[in-house]
Amino acid sequence: MSLVATAAPGELRVPRSGPWNQRLLAGPKLGGPEPLADHVRRLGGGITDWTGRAGAHQLVERVRRSGLRGRGGGGFPTADKLSAVRRHGPRSVVVVNGSETEPAAGKDDLLLRFRPHLVLDGLLVATRILGAQQAFLVAHSAPAMAAVEAALRERLDVSIPVEVVRGPANFVGGEESALIRWLEGGRAVPRYQPPRVVDRGWRGLPTLVQNVETLAHLGLVVRLGPEWFRGAGVADEPGTMLVTLSGAVEAPGVYEVPIGTPLPEVLYVAGAQPGAVALLVGGYFGSWLRAPEVQGLALSRSSLRPAGATPGAGVLHLLPQGTCGLRESGRILAWLAAQGARQCGPCAFGLPAMASALNEVASTGSEAALDQLERWGDQIEGRGACRHPDGAVNLARSAASAFPDELRRHRSGACSGHRQSALPLPPGPDQR
Amino acid sequence: MSGRYLHVDPTICVGHRLCAEMLPELITLDDFGYPMISPDPVPRHLARLTRRTVGTCPALALILDGNPSRRARRDQLRPGASPG
Ligand SMILES: Cc1cc2nc3c(=O)[nH]c(=O)nc-3n(C[C@H](O)[C@H](O)[C@H](O)COP(=O)(O)O)c2cc1C
Ligand code: SF4
Ligand code: SF4
Repeated sequence: MSLVATAAPGELRVPRSGPWNQRLLAGPKLGGPEPLADHVRRLGGGITDWTGRAGAHQLVERVRRSGLRGRGGGGFPTADKLSAVRRHGPRSVVVVNGSETEPAAGKDDLLLRFRPHLVLDGLLVATRILGAQQAFLVAHSAPAMAAVEAALRERLDVSIPVEVVRGPANFVGGEESALIRWLEGGRAVPRYQPPRVVDRGWRGLPTLVQNVETLAHLGLVVRLGPEWFRGAGVADEPGTMLVTLSGAVEAPGVYEVPIGTPLPEVLYVAGAQPGAVALLVGGYFGSWLRAPEVQGLALSRSSLRPAGATPGAGVLHLLPQGTCGLRESGRILAWLAAQGARQCGPCAFGLPAMASALNEVASTGSEAALDQLERWGDQIEGRGACRHPDGAVNLARSAASAFPDELRRHRSGACSGHRQSALPLPPGPDQR
Repeated sequence: MSGRYLHVDPTICVGHRLCAEMLPELITLDDFGYPMISPDPVPRHLARLTRRTVGTCPALALILDGNPSRRARRDQLRPGASPG
């Protein structure tokens, strides 16, 4: 069954007019880091020309009216987080989270490499609002680090020290408390909260951890205003979001999509291949959507919620024809289980057990293993120090319910999958 | 004592199971031997026993405070959400 009609070969799929790629990815082709002079010319001045006379409170209100939510996966209102840190006064720290530890994601790395000044604008706004005296920018790759370091040298308006740091390689290392430990020189493993990092983060100071893309939007909100920001997206989730699309599409990559865009349109633009099995939304913590479901859904939290899904950090993977969703889920779950920090019993013992059960389901369709999956999912959820197990449980549950035909087939000893997908699962739990 | 909640810090709990023996009304064990704690506020008649159990945990992993647990609020939360 085809998810969407395939575009004709050679057709220009990513509209350069209309609402796509019009904000974060607007401007010159993505060939290298956009120089400061071009950035300033294109956007009508430096960011301080726009923050100018506005006080911290006014800036927070601008952000609040924009409705901007975090793009790191949780969708937390950015204004609320700014206020939570600001309450403590100016001795605070800002951390730009570009660790992007999810193997199938690439949006934050792309922004840092090609539009570093958009992100630095946002960082500057955040430090202005908080009065923060120290900032860190965590990048996933060496090219991203180089682009950011060069961009920082260009800027005269960044007056506080911004330390550019290579991010941890382990999956849970991107979680905010793990990242703070990493920046303190420790192992990138999460800690139990409370105290929340907004109250006690880096070296005990109140800390704002904000995703790279969130900050890029933040800079534009301050320049162009909340009304402009709300001109794309849907009422309760305004703006655009970056999605990283991979799998059975002719043009995999990063797209900037207005929130609320129908999923079939997103897949059409990327050139979905016929016969795709299912769409994974929200990455490895995400949920599977089958073809008929995809038709009625849009890329927003509110549209996806009834289907038990969320856009997360915008990772979409279209499972190609000939792959088995159950097997693929088993592979991901085993990988996630190995990526846990092995600090918390429910995560360290529960996830590997669930991964075996899911692999058992994937090979035999065993009812007993399905029951175990459900039981352990209910036991484990919410009981880790971080939400890693919750995300893994979400994927397992989704796999168990999204592929009833495959289950039936596996029970009679058959399987529709004769090849593996290209879902990237780098080897080993690397704690660096 | 109104609205006190019992929690365990899972990063230091080593699964001694002692707590579940002392306070089975609020603590049961999962299939892996780790404590699952009732998300409801500690009832008045168990307040003393709960405090004693907190003091008995050899790992000092049990916490009693005024915040409802994440498990109790899990319906509103998604993976990756910031506790803000
Ligand atoms: C296991 C795990 C991994 C995470 N990895 C990342 C990551 O790579 N990048 C990121 O921005 N947020 C990641 N997060 C979310 C962060 O903890 C945090 O919520 C986010 O950086 C906040 O930014 P935002 O409010 O701008 O979205 C992760 C969360 C969890 C539970
Ligand atoms: S829940 Fe898992 S990944 Fe998160 S801190 Fe505990 S052991 Fe580590
Ligand atoms: S007594 Fe303490 S260490 Fe033992 S299971 Fe209970 S909370 Fe964990």
